[in-house]
Amino acid sequence: MAIIIQSCQNEDSITYKRYYVNGKGLYEKNCQNCHGSDGKGLGTLYPPLTDSTYLIANKKKLACIIRNGQSEQITINNVAYQGQMPGNNTLADIDIAQIIVYISNSFGNKQGHYDQTEVAQDLAACK
Amino acid sequence: MKKLLYIALSILVIQSCTNQSDTKLPILGNREPVERTVDGKTIVDTIYQTISPFSYFNQDSILVTDKDFDGKIYVADFFFTSCNTICPIMHRNMLDVYKKFKDNPKVKLLSHSIDIKYDLPSRLKTYATKLGVEGNQWEFVHGSRDSIFNIAAKNYLVSAFEDSSDPQGLVHQGWFILVDTKKQLRGAYDGTKADQVKQLMEDMDKLLREEAANEK
Repeated sequence: MAIIIQSCQNEDSITYKRYYVNGKGLYEKNCQNCHGSDGKGLGTLYPPLTDSTYLIANKKKLACIIRNGQSEQITINNVAYQGQMPGNNTLADIDIAQIIVYISNSFGNKQGHYDQTEVAQDLAACK
Repeated sequence: MKKLLYIALSILVIQSCTNQSDTKLPILGNREPVERTVDGKTIVDTIYQTISPFSYFNQDSILVTDKDFDGKIYVADFFFTSCNTICPIMHRNMLDVYKKFKDNPKVKLLSHSIDIKYDLPSRLKTYATKLGVEGNQWEFVHGSRDSIFNIAAKNYLVSAFEDSSDPQGLVHQGWFILVDTKKQLRGAYDGTKADQVKQLMEDMDKLLREEAANEK
């Protein structure tokens, strides 16, 4: 009985860990060239992912940005970034969710799990 | 016994010091032997490949030629500003080289854009500024299609070409090429690999020592 409860409790954390590990691989393949292995970006060419304020405030937009790219100017830590981030429409919802989990729990961020069902909702609301 | 150990150690230290200054970087590229006659004797000289004269516009729309690199060692590469594959990694690494040799009058960096159509000087300026590069120690240059692709293939031995099957239409290698004051190739390093770029910086120090010794 104790074992069953234990395993139930751990299921969320196992899902989270699976997302995180897969997200790391996807990040390395799709994001790391520009944003860097340490998430620090590059000059003002590519914005950092180390600032948790922007990521928290724009959490519901992240899926749309990853899928469709972004060209509007954004401000992070009082620094303006203006450039075209290319979108990636080959990534499935689950891939995007895993990338978001990795980014929002790395580089000094600690936001916990983000599920693919939430990503699907966010994507449905893309402008 | 202890004394002996100290002597052995100091010999080792001295040895390693002399080794460091003695080894020279190889001269890379094509070469051909040329015979000439000195004092009635025939001797054979080796002619090494050198970088041909060039002229491009830099990020300030100023004409930059090979003359601006006279008496300097430099590192050359090929990139384009909208490239999101290897270029960000290359220039993240090149930025380390730039910071290490910043304001050293004997060192320059030369990045050729292979996106002839879009990377006009104004766009190169924006790119350089965003990267955090000021002044003209690091030149970002725009040239004609032929001049850029020819100098890449024939002089720097770097593969760069237009390819319609590539998502971005341009394919190129990420080599950093080290050139000495005689415009000879002295090293080629994978600009996407941090350990090779570290080697490049060590080799640049070595080459600067060699050039300084030649000046004396």
